[in-house]
Amino acid sequence: MPKSDDVWEVNRERDGQTKPFESNLPKKGAIGQTFAPVAGFGVTLRNFFRPTVTEQYPRVKTPPMPRYHGRHQLNRHPDGLEKCIGCELCAWACPADAIYVEGDSNTADNQVSPGERYGRVYQINYLRCIFCGLCIEACPTRALTMTNEYELAGPTREGLIYEKQDLLAPMGKNMLAAPHPMVPGTTDDNYYRQEVTEPVEEQIEWVREHRSDDPTLPENVKAATAASEGGRD
Amino acid sequence: MTATADKATVAPVDTVTLTIDGTEVTVPKGTMIIRAAEQVGIEIPRFCDHPALKPVGACRQCLVDVAAPDREGNVRAFPKPQPSCAMAATDGMVVNTQDTSEEAERAQKGVMELLLINHPLDCPTCDKGGECPLQNQALSAGNAESRFVDTKRVFEKPLPLSSEILLDRERCILCQRCTRFSKEIAGDAFIDLQNRGAMQQIGTFDEDVLGFDGYGPVGVAAEDESGKAFSSYFSGNTVQICPVGALTSAAYRFRSRPFDLVSSPGVSEHDSSGSAIRVDHRHGTVMRRLADLDPVVNEDWITDKDRFAFKWQNLDDRLTKPLMRNDEGDLVEVPWPDAIAAVAAGLAHATREEDAKGAAILPGGRITLEDAYAYGKFARIVLSTNDVDTRSRIASDEEQSFLGAHVAGTGLGVTFADLEKAPSVLLVGFEAEDEGGVVFLRMFKSVGKQQVFTVAPLVSPGSAKLGATLVPAVPGAEGAALAGLDKDAVKALSEEGAVIIVGERAAGSAGALTEALKLSRKTGARIAWIPRRAGERGAVDAGALPGLLPGGRDAGSAKARAEVAKVWGVDDLPGARGRDAAAILVAAGAKRLDALIVGGVTPSDLTGDALKALENTPFVVSLEVRRSEVSDYADVVLPVAPPTEKSGTYVNWEGRLRGFATAIPTDAIPDHRVLSLIAREMGVDLGTHSLAAIANEIAALGTTEASARPKAPAVKRAAEKASKKKDLVLASWHQLVDEGSLQDGEPYLAGTGRTAVARVSQATADALGVTDGMVTLMGRSRRSLELPVHVTDMVDGVVWVPSKSPGSWVARDLGLEPGDSISVKGGV
Repeated sequence: MPKSDDVWEVNRERDGQTKPFESNLPKKGAIGQTFAPVAGFGVTLRNFFRPTVTEQYPRVKTPPMPRYHGRHQLNRHPDGLEKCIGCELCAWACPADAIYVEGDSNTADNQVSPGERYGRVYQINYLRCIFCGLCIEACPTRALTMTNEYELAGPTREGLIYEKQDLLAPMGKNMLAAPHPMVPGTTDDNYYRQEVTEPVEEQIEWVREHRSDDPTLPENVKAATAASEGGRD
Repeated sequence: MTATADKATVAPVDTVTLTIDGTEVTVPKGTMIIRAAEQVGIEIPRFCDHPALKPVGACRQCLVDVAAPDREGNVRAFPKPQPSCAMAATDGMVVNTQDTSEEAERAQKGVMELLLINHPLDCPTCDKGGECPLQNQALSAGNAESRFVDTKRVFEKPLPLSSEILLDRERCILCQRCTRFSKEIAGDAFIDLQNRGAMQQIGTFDEDVLGFDGYGPVGVAAEDESGKAFSSYFSGNTVQICPVGALTSAAYRFRSRPFDLVSSPGVSEHDSSGSAIRVDHRHGTVMRRLADLDPVVNEDWITDKDRFAFKWQNLDDRLTKPLMRNDEGDLVEVPWPDAIAAVAAGLAHATREEDAKGAAILPGGRITLEDAYAYGKFARIVLSTNDVDTRSRIASDEEQSFLGAHVAGTGLGVTFADLEKAPSVLLVGFEAEDEGGVVFLRMFKSVGKQQVFTVAPLVSPGSAKLGATLVPAVPGAEGAALAGLDKDAVKALSEEGAVIIVGERAAGSAGALTEALKLSRKTGARIAWIPRRAGERGAVDAGALPGLLPGGRDAGSAKARAEVAKVWGVDDLPGARGRDAAAILVAAGAKRLDALIVGGVTPSDLTGDALKALENTPFVVSLEVRRSEVSDYADVVLPVAPPTEKSGTYVNWEGRLRGFATAIPTDAIPDHRVLSLIAREMGVDLGTHSLAAIANEIAALGTTEASARPKAPAVKRAAEKASKKKDLVLASWHQLVDEGSLQDGEPYLAGTGRTAVARVSQATADALGVTDGMVTLMGRSRRSLELPVHVTDMVDGVVWVPSKSPGSWVARDLGLEPGDSISVKGGV
């Protein structure tokens, strides 16, 4: 029967240790022991003379490290076709079940990505996402990558479920908005090998015929640029 | 593994004992090594091997090290690894699989590397990804790296074999499961291997080999090198057994991944076989259906209709809220209590008022046993009438007597296994492939061992595949053909285990069922009744026919009525003779009914003028899953649950109960509960609010002895009709894939249906003066049919057209039933 209520003592007795606890740290000298009670202020005083690290967020936004896991982005091929093929491997990899994808068939009238299949529905629920990046590793076409954007707060639950149009990368230079046919004579393999570098005339012509008001058509881009420059004068 | 259908009858067999990976196992003689290994829990990778198909040893993935005793009894190893799926186990054999033999493991890895050389590795795009044996076994039995650096062989992809089945030849590993299925199981070898060596590929076979000219698919299908397209009622099974993603279906293409899907077991609502299916759904939407293994019913296979036709349950016209006429006469959504109250008031007015003319029910033949029971009980104790008939098809009193005397409540009769073992089968008014589906597959297993006779005007492609002997009969005169059956046929049917199958069309021929019973008594052959729709047998058992009460009781017998009244807790049941479906329609059309409750009945399936009947009935209630033509005439429309959203039981043609649970829980309610609610509003406790309550009542009712059953029919067979010179006799049946309302919304499936043609014999064609081109068929009703004529070897004076194929809606457009006379004109 233990005599004392002190559990540590009881344990020590049980384990046959009768010696009280002793630190392994080197013992301080007489001066050290004298100033020990106020030694902590030394840290404070030292920092008076160091540069400040306080970030003035949100007035000043500091860029995170380049490989920071921020909001996702669905990339495009250089001719504007989407890289996502709706394979759902990201959804499969996701440990938080934050991604929802539905695939569909590309057709002659609606070629969204190279090859047979594209992602018709693509949703990421940022209330669930833990930004682990497993989806990025799973993506077989490098369609899904992460940006450095970290400002992901919102007043509604619905608003934090990002749809495909919220996630798609902005149109780059020369890109022609999908859907439009693939570059003639190429397969999806050529796209993956990055052999397609820009939209060709046939694709531009197709878009011109089907959506003449598309803002990514060269003439519409030119007109828009001219208009904005004209406005500046 | 396919379990044996009925273990009790399996005779003791010779066994052999062998050693696999050091474990001794005893198996029946002739068992393949791969099956023996399964019994001791050793899995050997395989692709071409399928328990239901004959061994072929095509993929070589299952190589194992084998040593067997030679003539002197010394165990000697084979010089090279052997395919375990194609090598039978012998006594004393020593097998070392990849688990214990490096040689076997190296061989398997080598085969896998070879199989993957031309495989495109497009798993992210492929529908099979996630449930692919090639993916799984490449991981378990393959090398991590490929040494192949050259360009892969490419094919154009996908190649549509039919509008439904797509072939991706790049992914194919040439295991031949699909071609073997087509040859061995379905009997329509539309696809086969073509070319040799590296260019070897699956392609569609020449359809001329089966005499399928004129039977090509409706929809588009790319032509392969031989220029022909795949058209089979069972083609979906090839997609399911393909061990790679080479065969995919257009309906499920890129729809989802296996990890998205919740799988629920179910029973197909499409035919009276009650095939086991697996319903795969995602977020409350059915994405696909697969065959479930049920060794006693459908084995591994289902028809394409069972597999692909499920969209009808959730089309845009799906009803979810009750509809009622407002003051302007438009149907508007109302809450359930209002709708139920309106129905109760309308029915009370129609049945309980002073000079009320009464109400009748047409439940339709697609309901479950429980729903049928509720309809039958509702008619008797709430509406006080026997006017309830599920047979919205060709029917007769003779059939009702036959069903009452020999089918209703008789439990398990002839089974699929009996059918397979039968030495001879006689088909009367029944097409095994078109109307039976998996019944045909079972019979085809015994082709060559089984003599098949078909009483029909022609040997249909399905019957031809079964090697059937034609007993020529003009529709309507099947009775005479049965009476005059030749000696050989009678002798064949006298053999132990012979079966006579009567289909629902036998009802259309006076005396046919009487003669079939006579023949059964004479030969000892057992009789099986195989209707088309899933709910027919259940409705017969549950008493949803005018002359039948539950358990095979005759509604005309006072004793039977007293038995039922006691269980139902009522004083008595209506004794007046009930009207059958056709008579109900006539009565309604003549304004002799005050109310009509219509279940899942499609007016275009009815020969009688259903629309006029609905129009002339003051109060029409429709219990439907979807808005239909009936809704346009209904005063109140009550939505009921489709099969995936409810639980229940179908009784298949064997008499086997095929219970199924709710796959997708919603707030849709089944017919029996709706009826219970209406009855309660009318002050009657129908007791059909739950499946358990109904099951208890059905059990309490049981079946009855012969004295309370209807008497077996004794109808004089129809004399040969002295037809008008010019007129022909109409022959018709539903093709498996056609425009039935449960196949709506599935264009890919519809594309595999067979094109409609009018078949006549050479002599008839000559008499008409048309041997090709179009003919016009004119019946009783307002419209006519124009179909391409096709000269066929068949009975003279008869024209055959499909019942509801594209451009050939016989009931609606001709208003005729098989056996009626029809005028046919050549040219258009």
